Amino acid sequence: MSSTERPSRRGIFIKLGVLLNGVAGAMLAVPILRYVLSPLIRNRKPGYRAWVSLGSVGQFPAGQTRFATYRNPVVTPSDGDTAKIACWVRNIDGERFQVFAINCAHLGCPVRWFAQSNLFMCPCHGGAYYEDGSRASGPPERGLFEYRYKIDGGALFIETDDMPTPGAPGALASLTLRKPPCA
Amino acid sequence: MRLIGKVGRWFDDRLQLGKPIMATMAHPVPRRTASWFYVFGSAALTVFGLQVVTGILLAILYVPSAGEAWNALLVLNHQVSAGWFIRALHGWGSNFMLAIVLIHMVQVFLFGAYKFPRELTWIVGVLLLLMTLGMAFTGQVLRFDQDAYWGLGIGASIASRVPLLGPALVNLLLGGPIIAGATLSRFFALHVFVIPGLLIAFVGLHLLLVLKLGINEWPMPGRIVRRATYVAEYHELTQRDGIPFVPAAVWKDVIFSGFVLLSIVACAALLGPFGPGGQPDPTIIQTAPHPDPFFLWLYALLSYLPPAAETPVLLIGPAVGLAVLLALPLFAGEGEKSWKRRPIAVLTILLAAVTLGSLTHLGTHTPWSPVMDAWSGEPIPEQYLKGRTALERHGALVFQLKQCHNCHSLDGKGGQRGPALDRVAVELTKDQLIRQVIQGGGNMPAYGKNLSPAETTALVAFLETLHPAGQAPARDASRAAILP
Repeated sequence: MSSTERPSRRGIFIKLGVLLNGVAGAMLAVPILRYVLSPLIRNRKPGYRAWVSLGSVGQFPAGQTRFATYRNPVVTPSDGDTAKIACWVRNIDGERFQVFAINCAHLGCPVRWFAQSNLFMCPCHGGAYYEDGSRASGPPERGLFEYRYKIDGGALFIETDDMPTPGAPGALASLTLRKPPCA
Repeated sequence: MRLIGKVGRWFDDRLQLGKPIMATMAHPVPRRTASWFYVFGSAALTVFGLQVVTGILLAILYVPSAGEAWNALLVLNHQVSAGWFIRALHGWGSNFMLAIVLIHMVQVFLFGAYKFPRELTWIVGVLLLLMTLGMAFTGQVLRFDQDAYWGLGIGASIASRVPLLGPALVNLLLGGPIIAGATLSRFFALHVFVIPGLLIAFVGLHLLLVLKLGINEWPMPGRIVRRATYVAEYHELTQRDGIPFVPAAVWKDVIFSGFVLLSIVACAALLGPFGPGGQPDPTIIQTAPHPDPFFLWLYALLSYLPPAAETPVLLIGPAVGLAVLLALPLFAGEGEKSWKRRPIAVLTILLAAVTLGSLTHLGTHTPWSPVMDAWSGEPIPEQYLKGRTALERHGALVFQLKQCHNCHSLDGKGGQRGPALDRVAVELTKDQLIRQVIQGGGNMPAYGKNLSPAETTALVAFLETLHPAGQAPARDASRAAILP
């Protein structure tokens, strides 16, 4: 056995070892990436976007805007109260409705309805919206996010989706893009 | 004593760390660096140690579950002996750490310590600042109350504005479609494992660089840093006029660290822990979310930026700022170190301090937020009602009922979102008042649809009475000429 042969054989074993670890690393990387990115892959889960009841239509008198809450359809045991979500229901004329997300279209703070001045006001940076959800004043660049709704068996249903954010309103259509109510 | 010496030697025969440690402690530093200006780095390290210890203590009882975290904090505050104190130490330690890190950074900048050959020390330091800010934000989330919940909403809203990747970033940040259990647990992992791990590694690197390259000498006006000669000059300086770091310089570090620790203990004992505030129930909307002190400037900035400028400033501003900080030693690595010969550096610090200070001050007072209960909680000042007609008083009633008071102050009470109205009659004529009320504009909603003609008439009649005693209300001069 010559002295030059040994290092090269060792070299091959080192390369083999690196290759082996590389294969193992790749095999580990796939599930790790799937795990880390699971919030993005979850759309396939059933019930992610779902129609949720806000209760009977009778709770929302014509011409008024009322507070309503529902439970997010996708819940994990550790969610606690955060699974609850609030929204504003406006009964326009007894037949047509508007359901607004609670989140201000500026930075997501909870807007409050003032029935006396017919305005939604945001406590964070002072965004204000008219009763139909359109922007009245302040930093928001758009109107309130609006849920799609339907009336089924005397109950008001809305289609839930991601928490709406300015860059990702999701299924919650903007007022400007809103299609005529389907109900 | 002999036994201790024997045991010590037994360990050192095996570890062989005694000599290098002694050499490191006694390494010569330039005489003038034994200064009270050079104590902030070691103080930051001391507070970091306190944060690690108190953080581990809190983790023993904290429950990173959206359904349990808030209750766990109440248990810590009220049921565990000294639980409130450990929380207070951790909270105040966080504020002190950020403050000391910022002071350290300003000192390093003004003393030119980022220049050759200490560029990498500065760059690692900038990354450490980012991590410290990251710890402050994730820590605020772990105090899982209303502020944390809606603060996450604000964070998600900002992240959503990133072009193309926005929606995906929001989902990754929240760990799902909404702020819920998965959100808190991932912030827990960040706050307790990921960022502290990085912090420890980078603090180690930062310290190693300080030891390898030597502490920055006291900057003398006219002593110019040149790549070709600096290392030899510094070596000569420490040889000629150096003193051993231990004990000649270290005693000031030790005393200042002790002073800082005592200050944290005093704040914690006297002022107590931070929160938690209201329970994190998203259906309780009677809340005015507010960030922690070190993010108030951002909160204020978000209110004052014009809507169209917000997204570009939010997304490009931090990237540019970070790039400038990271690249600073690369394009200003040589030259004058002394702040006495670097007026732009001094002005930059002053400008940054005034800007951040003013925005933070505004963030504490939030003059842009409507006072949500002013319409029902702040009465119209008496002097604005005395001797008024029935119509004018009815107008005052409309002013309250339509929530005008939420945004407009009278006699210093009420919202500051819109202008104070104590002298509005001097500034606007009757017609201008009517137009403003009905059509809004200038950041005021239009009230045309929400006021009956009678209400508008009464409201404007009331507004016309709002002028100082000696000053006549504004009038349209042309009107008098046309309609005699």
